[in-house]
Amino acid sequence: MQFFLEVLIGGLLSGVMYSFVALGFVLIYKASGVFNFAQGAMVFFAALTFVGILELGVPFWLALVLAFGAMVILGIATERIVLRPLVNQPPIALFMATIGLTFFIEGLAQAMWGASVRGLDLGIQDEPIEWILQATDIGVSKFDLFAAGVAAVLVTALALFFQYTRIGRALRAVADDHQAALSIGIPLQTIWRIVWAVAGFVALVAGLIWGARNGVSFSLTFTALKALPVLILGGFTSVPGAIVGGLIIGSTEKLAEVYLGGYVGGGTDSWFPYVMALAFLLVRPEGLFGEKHIDRV
Amino acid sequence: MNGRQIGDVILDLQNISLRFGGVKALTNISFDVREHEIRAIIGPNGAGKSSMLNVINGVYHPQEGRIAFHGEERRRMEPHMAAMQGISRTFQNIALFKGMTVLDNIMTGRITKMKANFIEQAFYFGRARREELEHRKKVEEVIDFLEIQHIRKTPVGRLPYGLQKRVELGRALAAEPTMLLLDEPMAGMNVEEKQDMCRFILDVNDQFGTTIVLIEHDMGVIMDISDRVVVLDYGKKIGDGTPDEVRNNEEVIRAYLGVGH
Amino acid sequence: MLYREAGQFKASYGADQQIFPIRQDRIGIMIVLAIAFIAVPMLASEYWLKGILIQFLVFSCAALGLNILTGYAGQLSLGSAAFMAVGAFASYNFMLRIDGMPLLVAFVLGGLAAAFVGILFGLPSLRIKGFYLAVATLAAQFFIVWLLTKVSWFSNDSSSGVITAQEMVIFGYKFVTPESKYLLVLSVVTALALMAKNMVRGSVGRAWMAVRDMDVAAEVIGIRIMHTKLLAFAVSSFYCGVAGALYAYAYLGTVEPEGFNLDLSFKILFMIIIGGVGSISGAFLGPPSSSCCRFSWM
Repeated sequence: MQFFLEVLIGGLLSGVMYSFVALGFVLIYKASGVFNFAQGAMVFFAALTFVGILELGVPFWLALVLAFGAMVILGIATERIVLRPLVNQPPIALFMATIGLTFFIEGLAQAMWGASVRGLDLGIQDEPIEWILQATDIGVSKFDLFAAGVAAVLVTALALFFQYTRIGRALRAVADDHQAALSIGIPLQTIWRIVWAVAGFVALVAGLIWGARNGVSFSLTFTALKALPVLILGGFTSVPGAIVGGLIIGSTEKLAEVYLGGYVGGGTDSWFPYVMALAFLLVRPEGLFGEKHIDRV
Repeated sequence: MNGRQIGDVILDLQNISLRFGGVKALTNISFDVREHEIRAIIGPNGAGKSSMLNVINGVYHPQEGRIAFHGEERRRMEPHMAAMQGISRTFQNIALFKGMTVLDNIMTGRITKMKANFIEQAFYFGRARREELEHRKKVEEVIDFLEIQHIRKTPVGRLPYGLQKRVELGRALAAEPTMLLLDEPMAGMNVEEKQDMCRFILDVNDQFGTTIVLIEHDMGVIMDISDRVVVLDYGKKIGDGTPDEVRNNEEVIRAYLGVGH
Repeated sequence: MLYREAGQFKASYGADQQIFPIRQDRIGIMIVLAIAFIAVPMLASEYWLKGILIQFLVFSCAALGLNILTGYAGQLSLGSAAFMAVGAFASYNFMLRIDGMPLLVAFVLGGLAAAFVGILFGLPSLRIKGFYLAVATLAAQFFIVWLLTKVSWFSNDSSSGVITAQEMVIFGYKFVTPESKYLLVLSVVTALALMAKNMVRGSVGRAWMAVRDMDVAAEVIGIRIMHTKLLAFAVSSFYCGVAGALYAYAYLGTVEPEGFNLDLSFKILFMIIIGGVGSISGAFLGPPSSSCCRFSWM
């Protein structure tokens, strides 16, 4: 039982990390209808940029600001160079463009900072919390808990931002209907730039936490692939969906690998989240938080 | 008014109720449609007219009520079964296949009548080839009837609204339906286009004997071409009868036509 | 100047419905085929045949398959490479385990196996659409590659799932030279392309496009959505499966499941985007252009 709980909690907390990446997807999809496959590459880019700047001897906080700046520039450049010329193209063309962008960003990051694997130390150790271990005999990683805390703060901040600021309201209007938003004078392109910048910020946070946990290397880009089943589970447009979906995927993936992996030779985590999300969709096609869609004819 | 003979009841709806979650779209509606007649459904926006058509051809499944088509009661209708049984329809917001040409769009109307499987078609051999040519001929008749020869190979997305409506009627006609459901065939048209559309509807009814169920807002048109009218309001039936009867029905006047008629 | 439809009058529906109704198209296709079948094998160097042209044809075949699914039936798939893998491994096993199995029959069976798997993974398309479906097809991509790697039976117990394709023999003739391999692949792909063209201009193709453009209306007309979508998955996967078999037998010779990874799926998707979604000839224009402007990552 203790073992089960430990696996479950470990899975839930690593699910938080999938949620981070999924969150970036959701923001962009909501605001611009673009399925941004490059979100994972942005996470990689952010982490690598941060570590790269840090290695130049820049203090931690300044490096954070500079990396954030780089993400904003990347986001705005993407909007300007890749997406604006493709306005009004079918969604699949935009999607393909972001796949291309993925390769470009990955290449750019490595060209700028080199391809070697680096460590990243945020000052929090990945070790079990002493008193919980003693009280219940369950190992809960300090680092994982920290990551969950960051996620909670980030989501709260985003929710407040969208709910109570002028930009947030404009953003929700854009998400609802581009043309209507444009017609009442909301500057669509400014909003898109802001969204890309925010998505870049989320990518930076995700990159730091992932990087600190697993090292900053090319394999970070694969985390994006883990965020995709989270998206179909939670819905492309739902922020709570991204969070809850991440938790579900993270925990079931770990449980499956531990309890089923042994029977089938392991390595189930590459596909299990997808099959799991699929099975879920067959029961509830609208996703966790989606509304049931009625076709009007 | 026409040479046709109105026959027996072919579609009988009894106590139909349809809900979406808590929203009642249709409540306890009964009416019938007779063979060869033009039956109009009118009512204010949101009265449940389109839902009524969707119930008839199986897009929506009412929670309560019975539907009998050709005297045969059905439990649960799927849209493609309705098509097989000879019910065709057009849509309020044109539902053409935008990426295909006029010809291909109308050809899809004959899809239930084409039997060649995909392997025969891959080789374009025997039955597949014969069918293509046979049905092309039928489709050309429809194209001639609707006078759209000149746009035969134009992708429908490029056509103006009025013509798109006509192509959609063509697609429905290509199936040689016994019953045609038309959802606001004249919405958004100018007077000339409306006159053309009325002519086509009357011709279809007259020449092929097709039964027509029609939703329309233009009262002039309704009074002119329909044999009987059902009036819906808030998902309930408030009137049913000949145009004259409906016009003089107190409740209908209050709910829909407004005072002063 | 040369490409004009004007003045070409058709006197029968048969003439108007033929596969290439415009005379210039017919002549053009004849010339292309003549060059491909006669001039190329005589003139092209071994490097060109082995390294470029065979690969190009194989990818064209896979792109044809994906284009049927995505371009015509409107179902976005990111799992094409997995269906290629099924085709390759199934053909290999049919050749391996059944004595005297003719090569072309093994290719067809490989394609059919891929079609079957395609139907299985196409089932979600009945309930979900668009990008949700695209992501769902990734399930096929990862699961199939994993399965082929883990279950060693598929690769006849070789290490890490590598298979080495058997010799290609048809009626006693061994396809060893690059020219012969090229001609074999070319024949298969040409036949498949013509069949695809026939399907998409017939009622099957119209049903696919109808489902793509507006599924509710398609259903009301009498098109069975489930049947139509699953058929698109089956036919598409069949093409990918045959492409996978050709990839293993005529191009690589030795292949492992990881060779059919997500990047390959993306590559095929790029090809149909560049060549033109919803066009059969596009499947042949895509591969060379996307290989020509090959980026470092490809």
